[in-house]
Amino acid sequence: MRPDPLRSNAVLSDPAAPGTPMGRRSFLGLGAALTGSLAVGGKTAIADPAPESPPADAPWSQSIGAGVVERPYGRPADTEASVIRRNVPWLTASAESSVSFSPLQDLHGIITPNGLFFERHHAGRPDIDPAQHKFMIHGLVERPLLLSMKDILRFPSVSRIHFIECPANGGMNWRAAQMNSLQFSHGMVSCAEWTGVKLSTLLEEVGLKKEAKWAMVEGADGAHMNRSLPLDKCLDDCLVVYAQNGEALRPEQGYPLRLVVPGWEGNVNIKWLRRIKLGEKPWHTREETSKYTDLMPDGTSRGFTWLIDAKSVVTFPCPEKPLDGPGIYEIRGLAWTGNGKVKRVDVSMDGGVNWHTARLHEPVLSKALTRFSLPWRWDGRPALVASRVIDETGYVQPTIAQLRAQRGSNSVYHNNSIQTWQVKPDGSVFNVQLA
Amino acid sequence: MYSSRKICLPVAAILLAAAGSLAGAAEPGSFGYGSVATPAQIAGWDIDVRGEDGTGLPPGKGTVDRGAEVYAEQCAACHGTFGEGEGRFPKLVGGVGSLRDERPEPTVGSYWPFAPTLWDYINRAMPMPAPHTLSADDVYALTAYILSLNDLVPYEFVADRNSLPKVKMRNRDNFIWTDPRPDTMAKPCMNDCVNAADVRISSTAEGRNLTPRTTGPLDTMQQK
Ligand code: HEC
Repeated sequence: MRPDPLRSNAVLSDPAAPGTPMGRRSFLGLGAALTGSLAVGGKTAIADPAPESPPADAPWSQSIGAGVVERPYGRPADTEASVIRRNVPWLTASAESSVSFSPLQDLHGIITPNGLFFERHHAGRPDIDPAQHKFMIHGLVERPLLLSMKDILRFPSVSRIHFIECPANGGMNWRAAQMNSLQFSHGMVSCAEWTGVKLSTLLEEVGLKKEAKWAMVEGADGAHMNRSLPLDKCLDDCLVVYAQNGEALRPEQGYPLRLVVPGWEGNVNIKWLRRIKLGEKPWHTREETSKYTDLMPDGTSRGFTWLIDAKSVVTFPCPEKPLDGPGIYEIRGLAWTGNGKVKRVDVSMDGGVNWHTARLHEPVLSKALTRFSLPWRWDGRPALVASRVIDETGYVQPTIAQLRAQRGSNSVYHNNSIQTWQVKPDGSVFNVQLA
Repeated sequence: MYSSRKICLPVAAILLAAAGSLAGAAEPGSFGYGSVATPAQIAGWDIDVRGEDGTGLPPGKGTVDRGAEVYAEQCAACHGTFGEGEGRFPKLVGGVGSLRDERPEPTVGSYWPFAPTLWDYINRAMPMPAPHTLSADDVYALTAYILSLNDLVPYEFVADRNSLPKVKMRNRDNFIWTDPRPDTMAKPCMNDCVNAADVRISSTAEGRNLTPRTTGPLDTMQQK
């Protein structure tokens, strides 16, 4: 258990806490620490606690820190060890075809750090040698092409910031409020700056035949994950990317090459991309028939529901970040829409009776996470905190009741409903749904 | 490992110098990077099959009997001897008529619209520990076996590129392939949008014990 650093400095003032930087007195215990018994140093410190800082200098202010390249790649502070992707072990049969969730409760910007980007694999994470990776474009084209990673890096490059969301994000809350956690209810969305080549550039290079209307995009993983995409979308804003937040893609995100289909469901953003084939008709692959289709109450199903509708969530307070007594708080959250830009976010503290327009934080980018905030004086009484996004097309985020009225509760995917957090007088927060 | 550093600078320079002429470049092969994919290279990777009409299905065939053999060896451990699914692994049979139920069971038998998609998926993704290692004949045989477990074909059925597209799947006509969204209309009301007395919590995640912990090491909880 790790206390929240924003709310308490208990970790930093507790000399026995793991990861506390070594101070002067800790040097006395250094011998013991080096022989593998850190506890000895810690115990000594408890018996003779350091004078409080301030007025005292903190131990790390009176000692010398670690040198450069002591961590040649770098990593978060040891005290951030709880901020990790997490999974729901009972959800899937195997970890190789499963998901992990981003810790949204501990993230403070629109960019998801690369190590915290949510995962969805269907046949595990392959470890690909980029020197051997090949990318093929063929089918209804003039000039079928085989490219190495070196070749791809030579094409004119672009960088774009876009979110990717698994359409099953929130799927566990279709039927009822199930996951008492922001991470597990909303953590299958992440956002990064992607760098690569516009797919339209590559399609110009191969030359499209007139009859080409659809593209089949396929991965090099064991699932040979494949989906059909209409050509219009491919030519509009799709990217074939090799970099994520300025460095090579992470293996979990498709290293060395992935497709980014801005604003469309995560599954079509094929990772470990190895092939694009142009055709006249869609393929109706398993991932667009058996899965990623939305079952309606009348027994029919919707297919090719690619768009991520507008969605928002309050990230503070949330079940993981309760309130610390009455006072002034900044309600914070994230909003996004596959339609383009977020236009407005409203926040309610009374379960949707009254709404207040929040401040959008710059930058507000198309098909990217957007931050919002609203100051709030909490009087310590029960509250129902929720956010509602309106996007640039005028689309308004629905309530779960409105969604269920249209789609029942068996459609698994595309639950973009308003999230309500119940705040109790003791400041604790719970995931609830309103009638 | 590849290095981009050596090649990026000259290319940038060339593009700058030739920006005018390259801006509208749409001729195939303008950049000339990589190589034209040969028929043999394409054939090796060109595995996709179109669900609706089976375009792309290779030569070969397989019987239900042969399928049962391969299935027992390579599939039953996860999917159950008769497709009933072990543990949380997917069922490959059942659920017929369940799609409007409180707890629907979508399977090959109850949900899949196209039989060639089954061949394609087994070929590309199964068996899970060794995907894309089966012969075309064995994939046909497995497809025949799973279809017969679902009473979609008779026991004598032989699966091949001609017979598979003709198998009529039960849920074939129940998909709508154009997205009807937006399907919710809401006006962004600001004040007195609902009667405060009517605001009622209909469900809460409190006390459900389904949520893994979000601090400390990864949770290993299983469903109670
Ligand atoms: C190690 C366990 C395992 C083995 C062995 C295995 N599978 Fe699977 N199978 C899975 C998992 C897990 C999935 C779901 C994968 C996903 O959704 O990403 C799956 C999915 C499927 C599906 C799709 C089910 C649906 O309704 O969408 C079919 C069909 C299938 N397997 C057939 C086979 C066949 C045929 C074999 C033997 C050649 C086989 N499997 C061997 C684990 C296994």
